[in-house]
Amino acid sequence: MTTMPLGVKTTAHSAAAAARATDLSKVYGEGETQVIALDSVSVEFRQAEFTAIMGPSGSGKSTLMHCMAGLDTISSGSARIGDVELTTLKDKKLTQLRRDKIGFIFQAFNLLPTLNALENITLPMDIAGRKADQAWLDQVVATVGLAGRLKHRPNQLSGGQQQRVAVARALAGQPEIIFADEPTGNLDSRSGAEVLGFLRNSVRELGQTIVMVTHDPVAASYSDRVVFLADGRIVDELRNPTADSVLDRMKRFDAKGRTS
Amino acid sequence: MLRTALRNVLAHKARLLMTVLAVMLGVAFVAGTLVFTNTISDAYQKSSQKGFKGVDVAITPDKKDDDSANPGDAPRLSQRLLDQAAKSPGAASAYGVVQGYSALADKKGDLLGGGFSNRAGNYYPGSGGKDPRYDMTEGRAPRTAGEIALDSRTAERGHYKAGDSIRVSVDGPVRTEKVVGVFTTDDGNVAAGGTLALYDTATAQKLFGKPGQFDEIDVKARAGTSQATLKSAIDKVLPEQAKATTGKKLAKDQAEAIEQGMSSMQTMMLVFAGIALFVGIFIIVNTFSMLVAQRTRELALMRAVGATRRQVTRSVLIEATVVGAVAAVVGLAAGIGIGAVLRSVLNSTGANVPDGPLIVAPTTVLVSVLVGVVVTVLSAWLPGRRAAKIPPVAAMNSVHATPTTRGLVVRNTIGTILAAAGIALVVAGAGMGGDGKGPMAFGAAVLVIGIFVLTPLLSRPLIAAAGPVLRIFGMPGKLARQNAVRNPRRTAATASALMVGLTLITGMTVIAGSIQQGINKMAADGLKSDYVVSMGGDSSRPLSPEVSKSLAKLPEVTAISPLRSSPARVAGDNDTLTGVDPKAIKDLVNVDFTEGSFAALGGTKVLIDDKIADEHHWKVGSAVPVTFEDGRSGKLTVGGVYEGNQMIRGVMLDSATVTPHMSTVADFQVMLKTKGGATESNKDLLKKTLGENPAIKIQNKQDLSDEIAKIFTLMLNMLYGLLAMAVIVAVLGVINTLAMSVFERSKEIGMLRAIGLDRRGIKRMVRLESLVISLFGGVLGLGLGVFFGWAAGELVAVELPTYELVLPWGRMGLFLLMAAFVGVIAALWPARRASKLNMLAAIKAE
Repeated sequence: MTTMPLGVKTTAHSAAAAARATDLSKVYGEGETQVIALDSVSVEFRQAEFTAIMGPSGSGKSTLMHCMAGLDTISSGSARIGDVELTTLKDKKLTQLRRDKIGFIFQAFNLLPTLNALENITLPMDIAGRKADQAWLDQVVATVGLAGRLKHRPNQLSGGQQQRVAVARALAGQPEIIFADEPTGNLDSRSGAEVLGFLRNSVRELGQTIVMVTHDPVAASYSDRVVFLADGRIVDELRNPTADSVLDRMKRFDAKGRTS
Repeated sequence: MLRTALRNVLAHKARLLMTVLAVMLGVAFVAGTLVFTNTISDAYQKSSQKGFKGVDVAITPDKKDDDSANPGDAPRLSQRLLDQAAKSPGAASAYGVVQGYSALADKKGDLLGGGFSNRAGNYYPGSGGKDPRYDMTEGRAPRTAGEIALDSRTAERGHYKAGDSIRVSVDGPVRTEKVVGVFTTDDGNVAAGGTLALYDTATAQKLFGKPGQFDEIDVKARAGTSQATLKSAIDKVLPEQAKATTGKKLAKDQAEAIEQGMSSMQTMMLVFAGIALFVGIFIIVNTFSMLVAQRTRELALMRAVGATRRQVTRSVLIEATVVGAVAAVVGLAAGIGIGAVLRSVLNSTGANVPDGPLIVAPTTVLVSVLVGVVVTVLSAWLPGRRAAKIPPVAAMNSVHATPTTRGLVVRNTIGTILAAAGIALVVAGAGMGGDGKGPMAFGAAVLVIGIFVLTPLLSRPLIAAAGPVLRIFGMPGKLARQNAVRNPRRTAATASALMVGLTLITGMTVIAGSIQQGINKMAADGLKSDYVVSMGGDSSRPLSPEVSKSLAKLPEVTAISPLRSSPARVAGDNDTLTGVDPKAIKDLVNVDFTEGSFAALGGTKVLIDDKIADEHHWKVGSAVPVTFEDGRSGKLTVGGVYEGNQMIRGVMLDSATVTPHMSTVADFQVMLKTKGGATESNKDLLKKTLGENPAIKIQNKQDLSDEIAKIFTLMLNMLYGLLAMAVIVAVLGVINTLAMSVFERSKEIGMLRAIGLDRRGIKRMVRLESLVISLFGGVLGLGLGVFFGWAAGELVAVELPTYELVLPWGRMGLFLLMAAFVGVIAALWPARRASKLNMLAAIKAE
């Protein structure tokens, strides 16, 4: 088992991989009902880079994220966060790894309704029994523009504000990598743009590593790099994408889907 | 509508499981009680009918209850009457019955059949030299003094056989008799575990009555003569103070008496079954409330497509009916099992119930099923109404309708008014003395209802108070506290279920402990004597005056007095005279005098207690008209007035004054003081002097206290056992609530797991929530229980002046610990389920 101490943050802006998948396969079911969700996927997410994973429905993009984030098990191959091989970890260590090294942003916000905004932001650190870095926390709160709303409960906040709380929660613990699953799926376009702006800024200014699953070309255009998945395989990659270039690439999937 | 309702039941099988279990337990308790009591009463009735088989007409003394008669026992029946009855037209034979008491010692010297009746009788050889009541299985029947026959069960228990000698005590002195035979009998007392010793008739008459007299004469009819014909023939020869009854009537009366005896036990057990069912109501309300909340959209859709409110309510009620019926049927089956098990348990404790079939009466089936269905439907009625109020537009919203806070404002106001009124009534009742029972019971009911209504409000501050402790457990502790108050209504209903049981348990413990303490104190304060000598086994058996005479001869005994009671009429009222030794009594008992003193006692000068003095406005010097046991009148004079208590009350007089009037001179107690106080050697000396008699109890103050404590412990343990049912149902309630919470919060739990709360943390969170809810119910129950214990104690204090409130801190701590234990146990399964939750499925957006 890898014994790298948890919670150690490697220097930002280096080109080392924050997470890496090698020949990663995920198979559901057996025999005739077998479904191959991921087929020998190898991909690297570099530090301080904002990567978007795109692909049509059922392409395996969410599964890839879940496997890389230690939320789901892997059928074969390897998945690493930093130097830690996820397949060797038992549930307890895996949970600690998620808590200390990974940040999450979900489509449905997933805040605890009984906690106020600030308590939701510090939740992962509270679970770990760690004290939040106050200066960092202030910076994060200021970045997402939540100062003054910290004592509000989630049901007193708008959808956009709730997702900004979720973004702050992911950033507050200074994780090695943040996984975001359709973070703008439940938001109107203006709130969505705000949230995506924060994510991009946190990569550029704070050196955060982010992997985002999305099916929205506009959302993908905020990233540094787009990885395209189809039928459980990586089929293409775009650097410095624009909404149009992503849309063009996506259209080709549709065309291929129709002709085949 | 019916089809949707049935589909819903099937779809929510797991969700309804706890409801079914709760209803089932309650119904099983009801059915078990009915089956058990019916079975036992049937068995006793059959055995008593067997007992009356040989009796066609029974002649018994008939005491006329008017002023013309003597205050003492009615005269017994003479041999002459027996001969006359036997010669009556239609009579085949007649035999005389003599009844009495005989304590039997086993070979080690201990009392046989301890705690049960130790009875004795006569063997009356009728035609053919046999007594039809008893079948000799070994040896022969007793013929002369010094011979005795034992029932087979007693002989077996004491390892006696014909030819052995046995130590026997009738009223104090030990007699050694020879066992000449062993017999079997249908006697109900023997069947119930008592002992029966038989003497020859002359000896029995000498020991228990007056020579030549009987307690009962049984006459058998000649073939072809009806019982009624024989009775009218015998009626002609009856003296004034005797009556004849047919065997059929006797059997019927006995059956009714048994029925009555069983019905009080049945009522008590049904009360506890009712408590268990009542607790179950909280679970049912919770379950159906949640099912309705979960189906808000579905129900709104039904409304939108045209279902009326009534149809929606009805669909919920049909669901409840199905659930209730299933639970009731399973409960009935379980109840029949319980009834069978209870009987064998009772048999194994030594109380032998006569054999008989298990009785499942049609009413048992009907009542059980009805109770199950009615309770379930009534409990589901409120959630059903709430379901009907869901507006059709809710079908279009994804937001679940949350209970309004306005509802809680109204609720809190009503609750506060009810609770305040309840407290006021209970306190007022406590101040009213003997008349306070009614208002107090009513007030208690109102207060409990008020607290039920208020629990959602109380949950917040009380659970917040646990915050500092929960903080030790970090984030899971904090989340547990917040989750516990998230749905105040549900938490309240869950805690209330536990509260009911704990209120009753605590209240009873407080009252029992306080009464016990009060009686102890009275024994300690009221008694100056070192020892009290009385008959063991059956209480209230008299001691022979020989006992006090032989003890008085001991040089170590410094003061001794019998307590000799004799029925009498004092100023026209039936009362009891207590004869004492006027010189010794002041050293043996301690009473406060309002007037006069012990010195006045002697001759016709008597002491009366303050109640009698008040009633008749008597004071020192007043004349007390009295009719003695033998019917003679006398004039006594008040020499002093003392404050009566449970140990000594009524008219106290010189035993020499009352003894000549008594038909049988006997003492119910002997009090004495010894040199050097109550020591082991003194006790041994007393024992030896009385011939190591197993039937006689020699008790010092400590022994008296221990005896009282034993009675209370037994009573409390029984109540605990019965209330355990309510606690078990409450545990089901906590499991139910937690399972619902886990189910509803699966998304949150999934998120917590994803962002780094491990399985242990999740388990701890659920467990702590359970603990907090259980302790909340426990604290409420303890508080209410202590309050009711105090209030009821105020009423007891009127009767028992030495009563004072004793709070059993140790026990109360134990109860709280039990509540915590309930919480931990109830959380086992839901916590496991929460920790095994599929994270990915849980966090996926709808």
